[in-house]
Amino acid sequence: MTRFRKDAKDSTDERAQGQDREGAGTDGCASAASNRRGFLTWLSVGIGAVLGAAMTVPWIAMFLSPLRRRDPPVWRSVGRVEDFPVGATIQVTYRDPSPLPWAGFASRNAAWLRREDEARFTAFTSYCTHVGCPVRWEPGAQLFMCPCHGGAFYPNGAVAAGPPPRPLDEHPVRVRDGAVEVQAIGVPVPREEG
Amino acid sequence: MKTLRRMGNWLYDRAGLAPLHRFLHEHKVPPEVGRSRKGWYYVFGQALVFVFLAQVITGAALALHYIPAPDHAWDSLNYLNTEVFWGGFVRGLHFFGASAMVLLVFVHMSRVFLTGSYKFPRELNWISGVVLLLLTLAMAFTGQLLRWDEDGISTVAVAATMAGRVPVIGSHLMELIMAGESIGGATLSRFFALHVIVLPLLIFAVIGFHLFLVVRNGISEPPEAGKRVDRTSYRAWYERRKNEGGSTYWPDATWREMVFVAFVFSTILGLALAFGAKGPGPPPDPAAVEAIPDPDWFFLWYYSLIWYKPAALDQLVLVWLPILLIPALLLLPILFSGGERHPGRRPWAVFLVGASFLMWATLTVLGARPYWVPDFETEPVAEEVLRDAPAEARTGAGVFHFRGCQFCHVVLGEGGTYGPDLTTAALRLSPEEMAVRIIVGIGNMPAYHGQLTAAEVEAILAYLRWAADLHDPANEEGR
Repeated sequence: MTRFRKDAKDSTDERAQGQDREGAGTDGCASAASNRRGFLTWLSVGIGAVLGAAMTVPWIAMFLSPLRRRDPPVWRSVGRVEDFPVGATIQVTYRDPSPLPWAGFASRNAAWLRREDEARFTAFTSYCTHVGCPVRWEPGAQLFMCPCHGGAFYPNGAVAAGPPPRPLDEHPVRVRDGAVEVQAIGVPVPREEG
Repeated sequence: MKTLRRMGNWLYDRAGLAPLHRFLHEHKVPPEVGRSRKGWYYVFGQALVFVFLAQVITGAALALHYIPAPDHAWDSLNYLNTEVFWGGFVRGLHFFGASAMVLLVFVHMSRVFLTGSYKFPRELNWISGVVLLLLTLAMAFTGQLLRWDEDGISTVAVAATMAGRVPVIGSHLMELIMAGESIGGATLSRFFALHVIVLPLLIFAVIGFHLFLVVRNGISEPPEAGKRVDRTSYRAWYERRKNEGGSTYWPDATWREMVFVAFVFSTILGLALAFGAKGPGPPPDPAAVEAIPDPDWFFLWYYSLIWYKPAALDQLVLVWLPILLIPALLLLPILFSGGERHPGRRPWAVFLVGASFLMWATLTVLGARPYWVPDFETEPVAEEVLRDAPAEARTGAGVFHFRGCQFCHVVLGEGGTYGPDLTTAALRLSPEEMAVRIIVGIGNMPAYHGQLTAAEVEAILAYLRWAADLHDPANEEGR
């Protein structure tokens, strides 16, 4: 709006000057000048916009880069079969699927491994299904308990109390050559209830 | 002296300070803002600008020593606290400055809302203000992670899990927050880049726009009851009023702002001197399952809200409320750009602000001592208390502690507060009723069938019976 008004004013000025100099006004000249100005305006704005967008693209691409990474499932050994007594639930620690060399502590993850019988193991994630706080196994109470909002889970992962909407998430577990291996998974994605 | 004055004049001329000088001296504000007590309503924005600049400076100071690498960040914070000259003090300033910013943003916003200053022609002032609010909260959140301790990383796990509840794009949001599928080596770098470069640049830009609008549209005059915003005549009327009866911004309005800034700064300084740096807490090990996350005070209300809202409203409070609140705030000045501005004529506005502050304060206080967190450190009832107890009640006391009943229930002064105090439960309930509750569970109490043996249940009942007898008024009289 303002721009057009300004253009209009400018072109009248030019016309006035032209009349002064040459003593004859020509509408054709004025509209050609205004066309030229319009074109140059769009040219400058266009170049600025394209370059501006081009400069932001690398940032956006890098910011979004975690979305493209899909690590193949990685199995991590967490101990020998005989380390886990039948019926016991024990904390195991495993490394991220592809830990960065400088990750330090941050590449560590915890899971709760439960030996159901001679051959079967279950591994639960340590993240509460409510809002993701760390759950701890209380051997006396035989419950997983969450310190944030009082959620509790039974030994089989089912919700025992509090606000969690669904059972604890499980890691796939397998036994290879006498070693127990859990599949390394990240913070579980909340699934729709029901 | 003369030389100094000449140098000053030279700078004034060559730097072209005349327009700035004229602006400060001739910039008019409505008469009440300069000359009445109502001027004190208008001091919060300036304080925010100053606190933000202070945050930039203390933040830049901390960046001289902070190492944004996951295996060293925590050590560098401890180094800052103990070895660096003024390190802990500056960390304290930065923390309390951040607290002041979050608090002042809400105070400023409430004032603007209550005086209806967001209405025509100042809609964009409000909208850019909402953007600044979101950026400030993003700074508070990303800053908490840079503390890179147990609380910092569990806050991210919680935020990611909440984001994961968003339909369709939830899992992608999680990956963008954590820079991967779990908290790892890239998470800290991401938060550092946002907290130290991206968000501050955006804040600078939006503050610039916001202040430009404040000058362009003028400071809103204190509202008068019964006077409605008239879009056709307001601007002309405002200009007239400002220029005829108004006072100049400098120093009539500025002095109040500066006095308030001094008050805010001395509070921050005092708190930093008294309490020093916050944290870091225990080292950030995602495998530390014993961690009890403790959010910074400005997010405590939300942590409590998640507990107090009914369970059925989970998805609403965790997902839809934040998602819908943002467009609602942005659209507010468009939807209500006319009408009355005086709070006396807008009872709903006053109610909304009052209720929000009351709710925020209540939830914060409740969240500071959350009764619903099981007491994992609870001690067994002292031996002296159990001295006269029969053998089975003693066994019951042991079971009650060992089996975790005491995490949530107090008996004889020991235990958590999640469930009711059971010291006198046996006076209200028969042994059968108690047994049913233990085995089948009730409300938020787990069912213990399969968890406890029959003998253990018997022992707990004997213990509760004995504990109740100690407090039975009938027995008191007999003694």
